[in-house]
Order: sequence, then C-alpha cells, then structure tokens
Amino acid sequence: MLSTNLIVLIPLLPLISFLLIALVGRKNFPNLCGALGTIALLTSFLLAATVAYDYFFVAGKVNGIYQQMVPMKIKWLEFSPNVSIDLGILLDPISVMMLVIVTFISLMVHFYSLGYMKGEERYATYYSFLGLFTFSMLGLVISSNIFQIYMFWELVGVSSFLLIGYYFDKPSAVAAAKKAFIVTRFADLGFLIGILVLAYYSGTLDFQTLITRLTTPTDQLHAITTASFLGASALTWGLLLVFMGGAGKSAMLPLHIWLPDAMEGPTPVSALIHAATMVVAGVFLVARLFPVFSISCPSALQVVTWVGASSSLFAAIIACTQTDIKRVLAYSTMSQIGYMMFALGVSGYGGEHGLGYMASMFHLFTHAMFKALLFLGAGAVIHYVHSNEMKDMGGLRKLMPVTHITFLVACLAIAGIPPFAGFFSKEEILQAAFHANTTIFVIAICTAAITAFYMFRLYFNIFWNKEYHAVSHVHDDHAAHDDHHDHGEGPFTMKLPLMILGLLSIVAGFLPFAHLVTSDGKPLETEFHITFSIAPVLLATGGILLAMVFYKKENPRPQAIANGLKGLYTAAYHKFYIDEVYLFFTKKVLFNLVGRPAAWIDKNIVDGTMNLLAFITEQTSYLIKRMQSGRVQSYAAYFFAGVIGFVLVFIYWWK
Amino acid sequence: MINLSILLIIPLLSALAVIFAGAKSARMVALLGALAQLGYSSYMMLSYMGERAAGNTNQMLYQTKMSWFAPMNIEYFVGVDGLSIAMIMLTAVVVLTGILISWNVDKMPKEFFFLLLLLSLGAYGFFISLDLFTMFFFLEVAVIPKFLLIGVWGSGRKEYSAMKLALMLMAGSALVLVGLLCLYFNTNVNGAHTFDLLQISKMHIPIEAQRFIFPLMFVGFGIFTAMFPFHTWAPDGHSSAPTAASMFLAGISMKLGGYGCLRVAAYLMPEAAHEYSWIIILLSTIAIIYGAFATLMQTDLKYINAYSSVSHCGFVIFGIGMLTKTAITGAVMQMVSHGLMTALFFGTIGMIYERTHTRQVAQLGGLLKTIPFIITVFVIAGLCSLGLPGLSGFVAEMTVFMGAWQNPDTFSRVATVLACASIVVTAVYILRTTGASVMGPIKNPDFLTFKDAAWNEKFASITLLLCILAIGVAPYWLSDLVSPDTQLIMDNISRVVGK
Amino acid sequence: MNNIGLTHILFISCGLFFIGIYGFLTRRNLITMLMSIELILNSVNINFVAFNKFLWADKLDGLFFSLFNITIAAAEAAVAIAIIINLYRHYKSIDVEVTDTMKF
Repeated sequence: MLSTNLIVLIPLLPLISFLLIALVGRKNFPNLCGALGTIALLTSFLLAATVAYDYFFVAGKVNGIYQQMVPMKIKWLEFSPNVSIDLGILLDPISVMMLVIVTFISLMVHFYSLGYMKGEERYATYYSFLGLFTFSMLGLVISSNIFQIYMFWELVGVSSFLLIGYYFDKPSAVAAAKKAFIVTRFADLGFLIGILVLAYYSGTLDFQTLITRLTTPTDQLHAITTASFLGASALTWGLLLVFMGGAGKSAMLPLHIWLPDAMEGPTPVSALIHAATMVVAGVFLVARLFPVFSISCPSALQVVTWVGASSSLFAAIIACTQTDIKRVLAYSTMSQIGYMMFALGVSGYGGEHGLGYMASMFHLFTHAMFKALLFLGAGAVIHYVHSNEMKDMGGLRKLMPVTHITFLVACLAIAGIPPFAGFFSKEEILQAAFHANTTIFVIAICTAAITAFYMFRLYFNIFWNKEYHAVSHVHDDHAAHDDHHDHGEGPFTMKLPLMILGLLSIVAGFLPFAHLVTSDGKPLETEFHITFSIAPVLLATGGILLAMVFYKKENPRPQAIANGLKGLYTAAYHKFYIDEVYLFFTKKVLFNLVGRPAAWIDKNIVDGTMNLLAFITEQTSYLIKRMQSGRVQSYAAYFFAGVIGFVLVFIYWWK
Repeated sequence: MINLSILLIIPLLSALAVIFAGAKSARMVALLGALAQLGYSSYMMLSYMGERAAGNTNQMLYQTKMSWFAPMNIEYFVGVDGLSIAMIMLTAVVVLTGILISWNVDKMPKEFFFLLLLLSLGAYGFFISLDLFTMFFFLEVAVIPKFLLIGVWGSGRKEYSAMKLALMLMAGSALVLVGLLCLYFNTNVNGAHTFDLLQISKMHIPIEAQRFIFPLMFVGFGIFTAMFPFHTWAPDGHSSAPTAASMFLAGISMKLGGYGCLRVAAYLMPEAAHEYSWIIILLSTIAIIYGAFATLMQTDLKYINAYSSVSHCGFVIFGIGMLTKTAITGAVMQMVSHGLMTALFFGTIGMIYERTHTRQVAQLGGLLKTIPFIITVFVIAGLCSLGLPGLSGFVAEMTVFMGAWQNPDTFSRVATVLACASIVVTAVYILRTTGASVMGPIKNPDFLTFKDAAWNEKFASITLLLCILAIGVAPYWLSDLVSPDTQLIMDNISRVVGK
Repeated sequence: MNNIGLTHILFISCGLFFIGIYGFLTRRNLITMLMSIELILNSVNINFVAFNKFLWADKLDGLFFSLFNITIAAAEAAVAIAIIINLYRHYKSIDVEVTDTMKF
C-alpha cells in the first residue's frame, strides 16, 4: 500500500497549485500558471493511478472482498466525545474509482485549456480556480465523514460558482453563477438537515460507523426507525433530505434548473464540472450511503428511482428541442445522471442483486469519459465558429477532422452502440431495470432511443447539414479573439485530450468493472445476453437513422415536425416552463410576499415603535416645558404652594 | 506572570498619549498602542493555553482583586477564562484593524483615535471583569464614545443615528443596571451582599427573583446584540458610523451583549434561562429569518451588512437559548467569527465608499476589474458570511446547528430547521450583492481611475483574513479554548435544572 | 394672662412671614422683593429666638442661629443688589417681569 502521505498529496497538489497561482503566480508569472497547474494535476493523476492500481490489484482485497480502508483520520472539530468532524481518507472501490476519474478528467481539462484559454486576461485566475475545484472534488470523494463530505460539497459549489462566473463582466454569466449556487445551496439545506437527523440518531458522523449502525439491528437503528414525523420514519426523512442535496448537485428534477444556465462558463469548465465530476457527486453520495438506503430504507430508494427515471426522460425530451449545443449537452448530462440514479434505485445490496449499483458506477465511469469528450469537442467547435448556436454551424467535418471523428465516437458511445463504452454500462443498467421494474425499464429504453436521436441531431447539425459560412457576429466566450480562422482546428493541446478521450470512449467498456466495483466489494459475475441487447441497440440505431433523415442535409422536415407537435415542441423548447415557475416563486412570492413585508415591517413597525417612543417623549417635554416660564415669582409661588402642600400632608395625613 | 490590569493600562496610556501627541502623529501612537495591546493579548492567550495544558483547573486565571467601594462590596475583580480570552483577542484584532483602516481620517484625528481607544478600554474591561458592578462600569465606557464617534465623524443622518443608538444602548444598560441591583440584593454572603460573579454563581438565587431579573438582564444585554425586536439601532447606527466605528460596533459592541447574556444572565440564573428558553429561541429564530429577509430588500451596502449582522447575531442568541454545551460553544464561536467577518465586511465597504462615494448597490458594478484586491477581500467576507467551509462562519454555524439539534422537542427542531433555512437566504443576498456591485460591466467610467488598496488597507484586510482562515481551517483550537468554560456554564445549568 | 407667651410671638412671626411671602409674590420691583425676603428671614429669626427662650432657656443654639442668619442675610443682600444693579444696566429697569429670559 502506498504511504498515507502520498494519498494526501493527491488532493493537496491541486490546492497547492491554487494557492501558489492565486497568491504568487497571478502577479509574477501569469503565463506559466497553466503549465504549473497542469504539472500539479499530472502528478496528482499519476499518484491516483498508482493508488488505484495498488488498491485494486495489490492491497485492497482481503479474502476476495474489497475492503474499506481509512489510512488517515484527524480530528477537526469535536461536538461531543462521539460526534466530531474528522478529516479523513476513506478508500473503497468507488472512492478510488472517483479519484482516478476526477484527476484524469481534470488533467485533460487542464491540458486542453492551455490552448483553449490562451490569451485570456484572467488566464492565471482560471487555473487557480480549476485547482481549487479539483482539490474540493477530490476531498469530497475521499471523505470518511458525512460532515466532511458536506464541507467539500459546499466548496465544489463555490468553485463552480467562481468558474461559471468566470466572465464576470457578462451579466448572463453572473446570473447563471448565482442561480447555480443558490439552487444547489437550497438543496444543501436538505442535505444539512439530513445530516443532523442521521447524526442525532446514529450518534456519529463517521461514514463507516454510521453505515454499520444503521444497517445492523442496533439501538440506533431501532430509534431512528421508530421515531416518525408526518408519517415517515426519521430514517426515511434523513435519507430523503440527504438525497435532496444529491439531487440538487446532480441536477435531478425539479432542482435541475441551474445546469443548463451553468453553460455560461468556459466550455472546458463545463466538461470538468458540469459533465464529468461535480454533477455526479449526487450519485456518489447515494452510492456512499447505499447500504443504508438499500438495507434499512427501501422506500427512500424508491424515491431515488423515480426521481432518476423521470429526470432522464424529461431531460431527453427537452434536449431534442434545444439549439444551443452546450445546452443540448447539459440536458443530455442530466438525462444520463438520471440513468445512474435509477440504476442505483433499482439495485439491491450484495451479490447478484447489486447489479444496478455496479452498472450505475460503471455508467458514471464511462459517462465521464465520453461526456467530457463531447464537451471538449463542443468547445473546439465553439472556439472555431465563435458561437454556441446550431444555426451558425454545419459542414464542419472537413474543417475539423479530429474533432469530427472524436465527436462521432462520443456520440456513438452515448447512444449505446457496441462496442463503444456507453453500450456496456447502459446494457447493465437496462438489465438491472428489466429485472426490477417494468415501468422503469420502459422509460429507460425510451430515453435511450431519444438520446440516440438528439445526440445525432447535434452531430449532424454541427458537422453535416449545410455548408459552413463563417459568421462574423460576436456572441460567445471568445470575444477577445479577433484572429478568426487562421488558427485552424485548434492547437495540439486541444487535440490531444480529444484523442485520448476518444480512445478511452472506445475501450473503456471492456474494463472488467464488475470485478472491481460492486456494492459489497465481492466481484460480480455478469452474463452478457446477446438477445437482450438487440432491442436497445435497434432502438438506438433507429434514433440515429431518424436524426440522419432529418438533419444530414438541410431540409424542411424538422420544421414540419416541430409545427406538427406545436404544443409539445414549444413546451419542451421552453424547458416545460419550470424556470418560470421558480422565478415566479422567488420573485413574486419570496421577494414580494416575504422580503418586502419584512423590510417594511422593520422600517415602519419595529423601528416605528422606537421612533414613536422618542416622539412621545419629545411631545411630553414640549407640554411640560411651559412650567419653566422664567418668572421668578411664579417659581416662588410653586415653591410656596409645594411647602403648604407638604405641611398639610404632614399635619393631617402623616400620622 | 500575566497581570490583567496591563490590558487596561495599555489602552488608557495610549489614549492619553494620543491627546498629547501632535495631530499628525496621533495615528501612529494609536497604532503602536493597538499593536502593543494585540501583542500582550496574544502573549496572554498563549500563556493561558500553557497553563491549561499544564493542568491548571481554576475557573478563572490571573485574578486580581482590590476593594473599590467597600460599603457596597464593590470590587475591582478581574480574571479570565477561555471565553473572555477569545473575546479579548477579537477586540485586539478589530481595534488594530479599525485604526489602520481609519488611517486617513483628517477631521480631528486626535479626538477620533482617543475615542476609539477609549471604546476598546471599555470592551477590555468588560470582558475581564468578574465583579458585576465593575463590568457595568466598563459597559458604560464602551457606550458613550460611540455617540460622539457617530455624531461627529459619521455620514448621512448622523445626529439621528447617533442619538438613536446611544439612547437604545443606554436603555439596555439601564435594564442591566436594574437587574444588577436586584441581583445584588438577592445575594447573601454572611449577611452582606456581593457583586462577585464567581460567588453568585455558587449561590442559589430564589426562583421568583430569577424570573424577574433574568428578562431584565437578557433584554438589556440583548439590545446590545441587536436582538429582535430591539435591533433597529443597528442598521441606522452602522450606516451612519465612520468605518472604524462600524467595525467596532458590529465586531465588538454586539459581542458585549452576547457575552453578557451568556456570562451574566444564563450563567447566574440557570433556572430562569431554562424556563424562558423558548422565548429566547422564538425571538432569535425570528431575528435570524427576518433579518435575512429584510437584508434581501436593502440597497445600501452598509444596511445590507447591518441587517445581516442582525441575522448572524441571532445565531448567538439562538445558541445560548438552546442550552446545550455544543450550541453554546457554537454561540461563542459565532461571536468571534462574526466579529472578525463583519469587521472585514465593514472595512471593505469603507474602502469602496472612500473611492466611489456611494454605497448604493445599483450605482456600483464591475469593481472587480478596477480594484481587485479590495473586491476579492469583500467577496471572501461575503463567502464567510454565507458559511463557506474553510472560513470561520461555517464552523460556528454548524456547531450551533449540531448543538441545537440535540434538543429533541419539536419546537427546537422546527426552530433549528428555520435557522438552517436562513443560510439559503444568506446565500441569496450575498450573491445578489456581490453580483450587482462588483461583477458585471463597469457602470461608471470614474471607476477606472481608482487605486487599489494602500498598505494600511492591505495590512488590515490580511490580518482579518488570516484570523478568519485560522478559525475556518483549524477550528479545534478555538473550540478547545472555549469549550471547558461552556461546559462549566452548562454544569451550572444542569445542576439546578437536572437535565 | 397679661404675660406675653410663646404663642403671641409666634403669631407675630407668622404674620411677618406671610407679609413677606405676599410681598415676594406680588411686588414687581426687585428691591421690594428683596425687602420681602428680609421680612421672611426676620420672621424666622424671631422664631429661633422665641423657641430658644421658651423651650431651652439654658441653651444658646437658637441665638447663634439667628446671628448666623443675620450675617447670611447681609451677604445675600449684597449679592442680590449686585445682581439687581447688573440687571438694571442691562434692561434699564428693575421690574421682575422683564427678567424672564431664563426659561425652557
């Protein structure tokens, strides 16, 4: 096993790079910051790869079962002798897998950005934020304590905020950044309260202890299942609230509204944060607590299933109508994460039943590869045409050969065409769904077909359709670049990550994943049913062909269909008006019905009372000041009257 | 050996020295005084930690006792525990940075720095006093100079605000005085009465008396903490006050109240604290939520921070009202954290105002481009306020929440959930403010001519930032410093309540 | 019955006192008001002497007090006349109605 110090270095290196760039590099050597960040990440990735190798093939297994290991744990803040926030490292199959994914994708993005962000004014700042994000994300995946995960959870939220708002002089970017942060913050409120509930009953914040106490018949489990609130047990509440946090980060219905807007950030950032790593944090969180969900509280898992399934279908439908290529990808991300969610939901714990869990993690893994590839490819396209809109693209296949081929690979992978990576993970998910719940299976397979359709709609619209004409309007991240198309497809630094990811999207599916990452650590033997695969693959192919008919050449058919399905099309184009509902709720209800009255009451009633007191005092003084006439004789008269009064009192009443 | 009286002598001497210094050198003298004070406080904290580590279990260390007014048993009696040390450190840091930020005061600088040092003298005296009357004396010292600071050096409706603030705080201290005297006449040491805090804590004050005295004390100190509905001095006072006075007001003065609520009200009258805890929780929950929503609607940066202070100080009262050890520890941490954070916030707002001459959010915009250092600090202060892990606000709020949740009754639970919900509203107003005022396109071409922070501003911001980070990244030292004493307070409560 | 007792003297002093009060309250002229004050003080002096003689004949406290009063009255008259002169210089009048500026 690697020494603890080296494992700690994996998250610390990006942190060091963040601090170094932010404090020193930004001023003194801004042009070298990219290289600095990339080297730090490269080292981090190599360490993570070594750890993964060690864990999976050397030290992780005891008696054929992958163990959970805690190589480091330090007390950070103690609430009471048992309940404390410890900063620790928890190594188990999923965290090791996530370490590799995060460092790898982040490395790719760092490398890609060397070319993509070149010449930006805040180039160094960009790299420092990337470092901060990577640090937080790595801290999140290795957390050994539920509060630790919450801390890093917030930190990734903030780094996402900073990166979305990277172009801070663009009002839309600022709005998107705020929206992303506030929506996820709202979800995190649920997470926090969930933590409070779980910690109160289980008497610990430590993941291992918590899971043990809540999955075996202990006093704590008894207490948490008997305590109930509004008809559900405390455990259900706790888990659902924690899941709310996960759903917010993973852009599940109805907390997804921030994700499409988050595309205002630089495209490599979208690839890193809003496609491959941060948005799967919710899935990771459910997977982390999976034993508790699965063993002690299947009803909460049902909710996870339905939220995941509905999100996946919902997002897929919207994706078909969007015209901003990054937004299409954003909805596709949401849809794929929905896949992972319901795969977890339909899964059981241990052995054969754990197929869904394995499939979900597998899909998380392959999705990270091909989705990052899609985003980076989209970034290259945007870099080239200076626009996010499909209508400004078309016919780019000749002009950008590398991007074209890799994008095609990624589309095939996400559509689930064998032998690309997505096929394998999707098959496992579909199998798990098939065994668990027919409705879910139907939703899943429909989504798969729609996915194939909209991905190829995207593909054909970018690379085929009409001939490309350079448009000269300036509407994108790259307003700063005036040297239009003399840069060609992009520098080597942008192409290399595309090629690496493309290669991985082809081969990642052949990884013996079921042997490595399972719900209980025991290797799982999966069978491959060729007959089962026929239907999904045919459906996906159907979707692709349909897209080809519609979009390969410019033709009036898409418009005709859109007109035919007017209501549905408009609703989907406007994302089913969910943004408007939220806007109504926040602007009209919270601001106007709560905020304004609060401010008004404060100014007029609470403060008014204080001012009224002052006013009364003042008026009283005006009234009685007449007594002070300044006339000696009236003073003397009052005085004399007072003396007489006292004399009378003393003589007659004061006995 | 530490002598606590030095903590009073340093500000007193430097205040006197400021008077005799020239108008130009006054600020230098004040700075040296504040630095000496910070140095001595740090030395005291380290030696205190050393004593505790060596196993000294006395409740109060470094005690000094001298008779002051023998017929009424009023004594100059000082001593410190972890709680007061945390507060003293906070005061030392905030006063130092306040002096730095008002480096360029050109209107009567001597008087300005004299009053500022006088305020700090009051705060130090308050935090180290163990005799209730002496404590009250210092409380008054820490009130009156504020009136002058706001009235003379303030901006906007300064006379109104100064008067309002002084009157409300005086009303608070009047209530405290009445409570104090009632408490005094309910004590009995061999037939005589006493103001000695330690002795009173060991006595049993009759419950009927407690029921009467506790509200007086709690409301009295509560006014200082801007407890709902007695908080309205805060927004007006803060917004009119000069930067350093705002920093002192929000950073230290509001903490005087929190400290008093805890040390005097809750500690000496545990039964009443227990009986009235529901009212405290109710009021503080209202303050937290309502303060946050009221902040949403503000358009002036100082008003925004003032209302958010009402909300954040609500957490202090909330933690005390929850009456669990963790929650009270959290309340103390929140006091320290909020003191630092709000000082930083007001400091940066002052820097922005000095350049733009406006505090209206709508008139600002794009400042991140022109004065990146100040704005970065401003944003970090904002992030601290919305509870970002790694900064002090997170630690304090989470400790309060964890402590509050230990009360199993539904009322406390609902209150805790509502209090938690405020962190979302906080995020909304902080992001709205930063989004509108520092991001976006540059609204005014004059902004391009601004100079970024000068050395004194940088020094002040970095000092505060380091403190915030130190608590945020390594909270255990603060929690270890104060938790033995919150444990003692809890012991006193559980002794009588039997909880 | 033809002995003059304490009561007779008290009646005198009482009358003197109320004449003084009446004068003080009704006269406009500051000098006359000052004279009224002298009457009041003298009524008090009479009381002191009378009580001393009739109740504690062996002691001298009352006599001393009246001597004391006379001295004080003299000093007071000096100060008062100084004030009155100043007022006269200022207002060209010694009417008490004029001197009402020390109010609210």
